[in-house]
Amino acid sequence: MMKSLPVSDMTEKNTVGETIAAPKVQAVSMPTAHDRFPGVSPAYDRRRRLVQNIFFGLFRGAAAINGIALLVIIYFMVANGWRAISWDFLTQPPMDSMTKGGILPCIVGTLCLSIGAIVVALPIGIASAIYLKEYARPGKVVRLIRLGINNLAGVPSVVFGLFGLAFFVVILKMGVSIAAGALTLGAMSLPVIIGSTEEALKSVPDTYREASLGLGATKWQTIWRVVLPSAMPGILTGAILGISRAAGETAPIMFTGAVFFTPKLPTSIFNEVMALPYHIYVLATAGTAIEKTRHLQYGTAIVLIVLVLGMNLLAIIWRARLRKKLQ
Amino acid sequence: MANRQTTERTMRGLFFVIATASIGILFLIMLFLFREGLPIFKTVSVKDFIFGKYWYPTSDPPDFGIFSLIVASVAVTAVSGAMAVPLGVMTAIYLSEIAMPRVSQIVKPVVELLAALPSVVIGFFGMVLVAPFLQRVFDLPTGLNLFNASLMLAFMSIPTICSISEDAIHSVPGALREASVALGATQLQTIVRVVVPASLSGISTAVILGLSRAVGETMVVLMVAGGAAMLPGSLFDPVRPMPASIAAEMAEAPIGSEHYYALFATGIVLFFFTLLFNIVADTIAHRYAQVGEASL
Repeated sequence: MMKSLPVSDMTEKNTVGETIAAPKVQAVSMPTAHDRFPGVSPAYDRRRRLVQNIFFGLFRGAAAINGIALLVIIYFMVANGWRAISWDFLTQPPMDSMTKGGILPCIVGTLCLSIGAIVVALPIGIASAIYLKEYARPGKVVRLIRLGINNLAGVPSVVFGLFGLAFFVVILKMGVSIAAGALTLGAMSLPVIIGSTEEALKSVPDTYREASLGLGATKWQTIWRVVLPSAMPGILTGAILGISRAAGETAPIMFTGAVFFTPKLPTSIFNEVMALPYHIYVLATAGTAIEKTRHLQYGTAIVLIVLVLGMNLLAIIWRARLRKKLQ
Repeated sequence: MANRQTTERTMRGLFFVIATASIGILFLIMLFLFREGLPIFKTVSVKDFIFGKYWYPTSDPPDFGIFSLIVASVAVTAVSGAMAVPLGVMTAIYLSEIAMPRVSQIVKPVVELLAALPSVVIGFFGMVLVAPFLQRVFDLPTGLNLFNASLMLAFMSIPTICSISEDAIHSVPGALREASVALGATQLQTIVRVVVPASLSGISTAVILGLSRAVGETMVVLMVAGGAAMLPGSLFDPVRPMPASIAAEMAEAPIGSEHYYALFATGIVLFFFTLLFNIVADTIAHRYAQVGEASL
């Protein structure tokens, strides 16, 4: 696609064109017609317009590929898996060494793990963001904290899994459990929560703070009574995104919270659970009947997609409405 | 009065302590990686571990050389970058410079939803649909290979690259664009010569963070890369990147065994890879910070 238009060729011509055009443009005070520039030779103008159209087409195509990819993935999942979805599929445990039955324990497990993760990450994340936005002054300390957050965001998910295994499972003796998995996922979602909370705090106008401080309130009183209530919808949007991300992660829970198979529903946070993403992985790669359980794999994938994308859509719509309100 | 001043100081201190939690967790991660990873170097030298070509952790005597895993990670990241960087940056340019507001209001959520797709779903998609397709079209022994994994990874890093680049491009002051257009430049000339150079530091940060995501991504390479621990000879050879190796073998490695230590040591290498990427991105973002007109 790109070959038809070598970039070097274009820039060369443009350079030539501009050096010729520049002095003449200076002589004319204002372009008269909105789409024509006096002083630019018509041939050159036609050519650069053509180049622009071709490149804009490419940019448009690049953007379209994202949409197509999303549609293709979702289409194939739904087309192949919708038959597997039924009331029994959602409310029964797996049966016959996971070749039949439903995925109830996986749904429950994923909900436990991701809600647990947010319970861990939300308070710490909100407090960190409040410090960074409301208290801290720019300087070395803040730079260091931000470096920490950015690097934490960049840690590979499987490394979080290793950390959770060594620390929560082995050293703290939690075993493979909801607690260990949720703590690991919580550590991983912390940067997301901090980022979205800061964003929400930034959107609270400074006049609110000034009014409160001017009435004699202390900084903490201002934050607690004025800033947080106005920022709360934005913070909750971030929390939803955090939950959805935690729900879709596999690598961090592989060694810390999720197991191959357990028909029982969890009764305490120290129980091990099944989880949707891990269930897909297990059925698709390690089962004895990979081909036979294909429909179960698609079905589980659909449930996971609906869960994750549903939460995301909710957050996106909610955020859009908030922005409109602020304007 | 004194009472609420005390509360004020306490809250401030409390928030500061909590804000350092991220650094604390990062520190703990490093601590435990080293604690569980370093013992392997009692049996294998650092040089043999990193440059050793054979990874047979379960044979007798075992071989712990992760060179082919490192090469696989680098190859997968490079190939996925070659696809994701142009696509991501072009989408960002389209969204912030060309698209009508109404169109970008639809495309932006699409990119966000693409980012939200769980990695296991993308891995599953690559495994059941892309792999058979590649196998048929290119007549390959297996569709689970370097190219397939890179393709899937590209779609995981495009959203990162796109959204960060878009922020950078969006923050270029309008005055720069207007000046360029007033001199007679077309919109494309303005984008290529003014807008992109002005936001280059932001775009570089975006690219590095996108690549960092691809290096550390686990499920996709675990399910799609093929899993052969050998140096790839072509784009269509199966490979075994570092995260795949860790995720696949950790369940079988008894806690405290050499294999267990070796996997943690692989985690250390992986951790430093992404740490390096992030520090470079952070340095670029700060040193060449975009400050209005001054950035040109």
